[in-house]
Amino acid sequence: MTQVHVTTTVNGDEVEFLADPRETLLDCLRDKVGMTGAKEGCGTGDCGACSVTLDGRLVCSCLVLGVEAEGKDIGTIEGMADGDDLHPLQAKFIEYAALQCGICTPGILVATEALLKKSPDPSEEEVRYWLAGNLCRCTGYDKIIRAVLDTARDLREGV
Amino acid sequence: MALDSKTEFKYIGTRPDRPDGMDKVTGKARYGADAYAPGMLHGAVVRSPHAHAKIVKIDASKALAMKGVKAVVTRADFATDLEGEDWDLLENTIAGEKTLYDGHAVAAVAATSALIAKDAAKLVEVEYEILPCVTDVDAAMADGAPVIRDGAADHSVPEGLHPNVVRYTEFGRGDVEAGFAAADLVVERDFKTEAVHQGYIEPHACLANLGADGKGELWCCTQGHWFVRRMCTALLGLETTQLRVTASEIGGGFGGKTTVFIDPIALALSRAAGKPVKLVMSRSEVLKASGPTSSASMNVKMGMTKDGKLTAATAVFRMQGGAFPGAPMDMTTMLAFSCYDLDNVHHEGFDVMTNRPKQAAYRAPGAPMGAFAVESVMDELCQGLGLDPIDARLTNAVKEGTKSSFGPRYKAVGLIETLEAAKAHPHYSAPLAENTGRGIASGYWMNWGGETSTSLAIGEDGTVQVGVGTPDIGGSRASMALMAAETLGIPYENVRVDVVDTASLGVNEPSHGSRATYASGLAVIESAREAITKLSKRAADKWGIDAEAVEWRDGAAHPSGPNAGDFTPLSIADIAGEMGSTGGPITGHHDASPTGFGGSFGTHIVDVHVDPDTGKSTVVRYTVVQDAGKAIHPSYVEGQFQGGAAQGIGWALNEEYIYDDDGRLQNDVFLDYRIPVASDLPMIDTVIVEVPNPGHPYGVRGVGETGITPPLPAVACAISHAIGHRMTRLPISPPRVLRAIQGKGIS
Ligand code: FES
Ligand code: FES
Repeated sequence: MTQVHVTTTVNGDEVEFLADPRETLLDCLRDKVGMTGAKEGCGTGDCGACSVTLDGRLVCSCLVLGVEAEGKDIGTIEGMADGDDLHPLQAKFIEYAALQCGICTPGILVATEALLKKSPDPSEEEVRYWLAGNLCRCTGYDKIIRAVLDTARDLREGV
Repeated sequence: MALDSKTEFKYIGTRPDRPDGMDKVTGKARYGADAYAPGMLHGAVVRSPHAHAKIVKIDASKALAMKGVKAVVTRADFATDLEGEDWDLLENTIAGEKTLYDGHAVAAVAATSALIAKDAAKLVEVEYEILPCVTDVDAAMADGAPVIRDGAADHSVPEGLHPNVVRYTEFGRGDVEAGFAAADLVVERDFKTEAVHQGYIEPHACLANLGADGKGELWCCTQGHWFVRRMCTALLGLETTQLRVTASEIGGGFGGKTTVFIDPIALALSRAAGKPVKLVMSRSEVLKASGPTSSASMNVKMGMTKDGKLTAATAVFRMQGGAFPGAPMDMTTMLAFSCYDLDNVHHEGFDVMTNRPKQAAYRAPGAPMGAFAVESVMDELCQGLGLDPIDARLTNAVKEGTKSSFGPRYKAVGLIETLEAAKAHPHYSAPLAENTGRGIASGYWMNWGGETSTSLAIGEDGTVQVGVGTPDIGGSRASMALMAAETLGIPYENVRVDVVDTASLGVNEPSHGSRATYASGLAVIESAREAITKLSKRAADKWGIDAEAVEWRDGAAHPSGPNAGDFTPLSIADIAGEMGSTGGPITGHHDASPTGFGGSFGTHIVDVHVDPDTGKSTVVRYTVVQDAGKAIHPSYVEGQFQGGAAQGIGWALNEEYIYDDDGRLQNDVFLDYRIPVASDLPMIDTVIVEVPNPGHPYGVRGVGETGITPPLPAVACAISHAIGHRMTRLPISPPRVLRAIQGKGIS
């Protein structure tokens, strides 16, 4: 099929690629842009491992076509840290051992960053429902939820 | 091997950041599908839509004619002289004369893009002659059931059983009839569990490069790359060491990544096309055609006196393991009564073939099913006799010296300690809300040692690199670094740990059997001790004294006492800085198949609320108590406890493989095969009990697997108490609960 030229912004940088109209944004990010931080766990919108933001909105990049990224602003896990300075969520996940295998971690971090922007003081229940679309098979979620709640507290208190 | 043990620690038991943490929170860590090679092709697999069918003809001409297609492989591209387990493995990897389950691989295509490969796979024409199929374990054993493969049974199977029964075991001791006669209450029940999947979030993925000269490289997500090397080279007819396998970061395994599915296919495609080939499974392929666990049909009978003493126990386990021998009936029978001191006990196990994918290990393989049946009967006995379930377990609990139900006597074990800690936990005495029940259950996994090879090298600045062969699935680099730091007396941050490739070390078994922290950890400690001996020798030579007169402590060589002489201590950095001129590089190395592994017992407490109108069960409180021997990095020990509990909750409440009458899997996506999500679970409280394992220098027991064993019975017992009906069939789905509440049975 004829490839489509796509111009988009990823983590603030302009990026161009050629996409088959059937290719997902996830495939394009990974195979064309060379950003493999977003993972494919299911390809059907059920696991959240491919979470990115599209013009600030949290999406499953496996459910977005690459060609839909034209002119959009995409945020991925690769853009979460500020240079060597980890985002507080990233630091807290390491400190709390909120990852075991780590395959779900990029998606969960992108999703929780979006949550905290929208809701700086979430309840445990709110975090659990927000993350209900991000599967983690290793941790039982306990340490993830604690890391999110305590990061939110630190950010509110300006720690 | 001198295993002088240690009880005072500087680093062990602390919770430093894991060495690979930064890579894993920034998206830099490279997993199976994150590898690319110049000139790389993409593969796609042609899979059978039929559960059982004869392959009449495969015609790949249309696919090969497609632009961009570089190779098609079929069974003809693999070794032809295999037998036994290797033949089974090849037959499961790619079908020969028959396809044996829905999703069984038949052929594969390599092309210049993933989309072309997928399109081309659809053009491979396979002609099938459909055969009758069977997927249920009881149905597969019944007269008239379709035969999966005649002649697959081994000598253990008694005459007269269906050919689908391929292995049989039977053992016990004492007089069970006399034991039941001496009981005040005897309970006998039938139980059934469904097949579930490990559910690792990362699908299988690999990048293969194999030349016509028989030399190759493979990058893949695996729990054990030496296993992958052996299996792939056998299936492709290569010399073992000519294939170098590198383990990527691994996105979960839980036993399911201890074997191969697509790796040999990618290698065959690469050999045929003369280019690197990347092959990645979709989620649907993972569910249909990797290795889910066995399903089971069971009968358990136990007798107890009114003061809580077990008098006899018998169990029958019928387990299907897919279209090949290998259902884990050995472990199920061995471990079913492992918690209890029994004079009269008998076990029977059947390994049954069905038209399902070849089962693979799943966390404590075989143990959770048996525990579900046994602990449920135990609970019913306690209920019937009005006994406290923890007290009754304490009355019968095994301890050091007890003869196990499967034969050997236990070494130091911690079942009693976990029961006492559970009893003392506030959860156990907390009041229960309406429509809520509490379940208690214990479980065991015996753990494993296995072939292990590690190396350690001192850098010029006195920092240390460690190479291990056990992939890091849940923080084991941190544990290895802690053990190396502790032994050498240097800061944790000065140790780098790598999981190295198969060309760098001797054979290593996978990270399975809860062995990584025990066996690789032990080998790291021994490697460090060897390095200390060499470091001490360099200091002794410099001082002109005997090596025995040097003592190593706090990361430095010291004269061992006034008689040794008065020398300024030499730090590891001092010695390392001069090593080039004092005898060359300093390393430590250790190879072993350690046998001092120690089993881990656990006891779980769970409260489950049942909505009487919908039948929905919700876990409202959960506590895991488990013996870790010695927790090297407590956060990751807790993580294993919590993850095991969550998987067990999923198995108990909603996970199951659903096949229709045609043997087609009905729920091959995560939306329909629903694993627990964050909003399904409460916080999972943990208590780490430490009864040191005498077989490890620092007392370590494996902790990975035990945690999935108690949740099945604990959750089932909690629901049984909440609704007043004994739940004997998993998953305990809302419709099943509603039928039980309405008195309509539970199946
Ligand atoms: S890969 Fe997109 S939701 Fe799973
Ligand atoms: S840490 Fe492995 S899936 Fe979440």
